[in-house]
Amino acid sequence: MTGGAELHTLTGAYAAHALDGPERAEFERHLALCEACALEVREFAATLARLGAAEAETPPAELRARVMSGIGSVRQLAPPSAVVPVVPQPTGRRRRSRLVRHWPKLALAASVALAAALGGLAVDQSRRADEADARATQLQAQQAVFGSLLTAPDARTATATAGTGVGTVVWSQSRGQAGFLASGMPALPAGKTYELWFDDAGTMRPAGLLPASSGSLLLQGPLDGAVGVGVTVEPAGGSAHPSSTPVMLLPFS
Amino acid sequence: MVHLSGPQRRGPDLKELVAQVAFGDQDAFGRLYDAVAGPVFGLVRRVLRDPAQSEEVTQEVMLEVWRTAARYQPDRGEVMSWVLTMAHRRAVDRVRSAQATADREQRVAARSHMPAFDEVAEQVEGRLEREQVRRCLRMLTELQRQAVTLAYYRGYSYREVADMLSAPLGTVKTRMRDGLIRLRDCLGVES
Repeated sequence: MTGGAELHTLTGAYAAHALDGPERAEFERHLALCEACALEVREFAATLARLGAAEAETPPAELRARVMSGIGSVRQLAPPSAVVPVVPQPTGRRRRSRLVRHWPKLALAASVALAAALGGLAVDQSRRADEADARATQLQAQQAVFGSLLTAPDARTATATAGTGVGTVVWSQSRGQAGFLASGMPALPAGKTYELWFDDAGTMRPAGLLPASSGSLLLQGPLDGAVGVGVTVEPAGGSAHPSSTPVMLLPFS
Repeated sequence: MVHLSGPQRRGPDLKELVAQVAFGDQDAFGRLYDAVAGPVFGLVRRVLRDPAQSEEVTQEVMLEVWRTAARYQPDRGEVMSWVLTMAHRRAVDRVRSAQATADREQRVAARSHMPAFDEVAEQVEGRLEREQVRRCLRMLTELQRQAVTLAYYRGYSYREVADMLSAPLGTVKTRMRDGLIRLRDCLGVES
């Protein structure tokens, strides 16, 4: 049997992919519980990546063409499912059903996200079941629209960073809507939240709150003539007007 | 695309590119390919040797990058580290797969001498990075260096490394870790 201390010395072999079979499985179980080991493995992976990058060699040009044509048939995984509950715009029944047909690609993502959202709601004992049902329906509608946005033929993206976080806005003029994907946004102190805004050529219009540091949301309200999207830090619950300078600005260009 | 925070860096911001790729942006993926395919191909080739197999694995890795871009966590490490970890894993899996076994035994037999770091291929591109890696490898003890390079550049398991070096398993385990700690500090890798 290998004890905890001895397992810890396997961080190097694990990071170098030099562990196999049961030993690897055993170490991975240990890793899930050992924050110090996980950190060391990440550092070693970064160290070994430097050794790997030092070997860089120009691949044959035709490989690029093969890969670029290959991605057309590879379905992408959905973003991690931290669904952000934004009160959705009332969507006409006909319009929604038309959009829903456009998102088969994202259907699984939406259902996974919805399951996560429902799981979260289930443990929230302060909410009554009918409220949960209503939320679920709203989330489903929001995910449907977000999914359709991603597959819109004129969907475009812009990306900005804030500290460790990356924010990407996707918008479609034909759909008149925008969505936002956040990943690893810096944690905020209690009582603060990230708020999204449409930039109507200098006037900021509230577009929803981002309570989680990672996840996707459909921006509240139509694109109209907005020239971009901004993100600010606001008191919990959000503000009607930005009360701080944006941490991110993403022009629609 | 906007860059509002952080200093202007050389080359594209890989984290931004991955975020765009996660949205299915094929142009962004093309730029990401241009930034990482060289290191991926070079590393895979170093482990596998065989150019045709190395191309296959490089293609698999790049398609995996496309498929899983939305799962990349920027707070858990750099894009290059994420991609090269995937590349190394696949190269090692390939080298240990059944069809490679015969081939591999021949290679082991043919290489009775211990590989040295001067076998690191000479290339003009990335020479500075290569120099730094070599300099840091030289700061390791012989056993540390062999443990790390046999596992990483050759894809041997630590049991195989122990056999090749005629060293006890426990010693190889700790030397591999000690070697990586020295390399990490020498290369200035931050968590």
